[in-house]
Amino acid sequence: MAGAKQVLLTPLFEDNPIALQILGVCSALAVTTQLSVTLVMCVALTLVTAFSNLFISMIRNHMPSSIRIIVQMTIIASLVIAVDQFLQAFAFEISKNLSVFVGLIITNCIVMGRAEAFAMKNPPGISFLDGIGNGMGYSIVLISVACIRELFGSGSLLGYEILPLIENGGWYQGNGLMLLSPSAFFIIGFLIWGLRSVRKEQIEVREFRIAPQSKNEGAF
Amino acid sequence: MEQLLSLFVKAVFIENMALQMFLGMCTFLAVSKKIETAIGLGVAVVVVQLITVPVNNIIFNQLLRDGALDWLGLPGMSLQFLGFLCYIGVIAAMVQILEMFLDKFVPVLYNALGVFLPLITVNCAILGATLFMVERDYTFSESVAFGLGSGFGWALAIVALAGIREKLKYSDVPEGLRGLGITFITVGLMSLGFMSLSGVSL
Repeated sequence: MAGAKQVLLTPLFEDNPIALQILGVCSALAVTTQLSVTLVMCVALTLVTAFSNLFISMIRNHMPSSIRIIVQMTIIASLVIAVDQFLQAFAFEISKNLSVFVGLIITNCIVMGRAEAFAMKNPPGISFLDGIGNGMGYSIVLISVACIRELFGSGSLLGYEILPLIENGGWYQGNGLMLLSPSAFFIIGFLIWGLRSVRKEQIEVREFRIAPQSKNEGAF
Repeated sequence: MEQLLSLFVKAVFIENMALQMFLGMCTFLAVSKKIETAIGLGVAVVVVQLITVPVNNIIFNQLLRDGALDWLGLPGMSLQFLGFLCYIGVIAAMVQILEMFLDKFVPVLYNALGVFLPLITVNCAILGATLFMVERDYTFSESVAFGLGSGFGWALAIVALAGIREKLKYSDVPEGLRGLGITFITVGLMSLGFMSLSGVSL
């Protein structure tokens, strides 16, 4: 069972889908203004990834490789339809908030990427765990971004007021930038910086070496 | 006509697919290291967008929406739940047809686009534009303008980012920020720049 634990936990920090594999960034940026919406998105994506991995892995030996992409797409799209119908039926408000981003789980590279890279080569059980693991890796980044954005942007978490806003007689002035799109880029950029400062092996090799300044004396 | 033009301008600048809607980010970040490849990919996206959005618009209006199948003697039938499956099928098929067509008749462009064509299938900007088209209930001509505009805006953004990254690779970036990190921050700044256009009313 050591293998299963490893498959489940590596994507969290060591091989994070967003920070390292650059997969599934689009939705990470767009749905993170409110924590509650983000949580729903995370659960939806984790389930879709896990089940698409499971089903694709089940039929991996019967799929001709020339049409595998379209088969994978069909499986993923059907799962997303199920999720979308469920959300529209039981959580209509949130589904309105997510708008097109539920549909975009289909083209979320994490789902496709894990199907192609892992589920095509491994048995169903372990593929399912890999899907859960990668979904959780995605969720960790999303939830932390959403916490920062909602807390500093509107002073609340999950709708509960944490930092009382000036408008409501408190002391905190909401940071409007946090609610706007660019802040998500900055936050993820800094998260990556933090992650890579801890895990040095993830630092990318530079393409050019900066030559040391050789003519210092003459310059002054 | 004026309305279509304003829809186009809005899709290019104000609701830019990459910088305001965050769509197509994976390819946007991964394939923006060189200007030439960025231009190739940008052109491919514009072409695919221009075809798929109107085609999906026809499919949605003629087959999927409430009461669209009345002529078949199936009143009150709504196939909207099949939407995602149809749209992604259309996109995958279109990309495949385009690939074969270019290979046969315009080999120069085919070689230039190379690996990027199949990649476009999973580009969320394409599916995203279709879903926005459905959500906002565009007519056919509006969907043409929106498809062209959103593709063009995305192409513009990726070429601009590639230009910046080509210069950026000579700079002395802190270790942990190198590569992906600094790219995110650059895109954030670009997005901030594009936001100044959001006040423009058309």
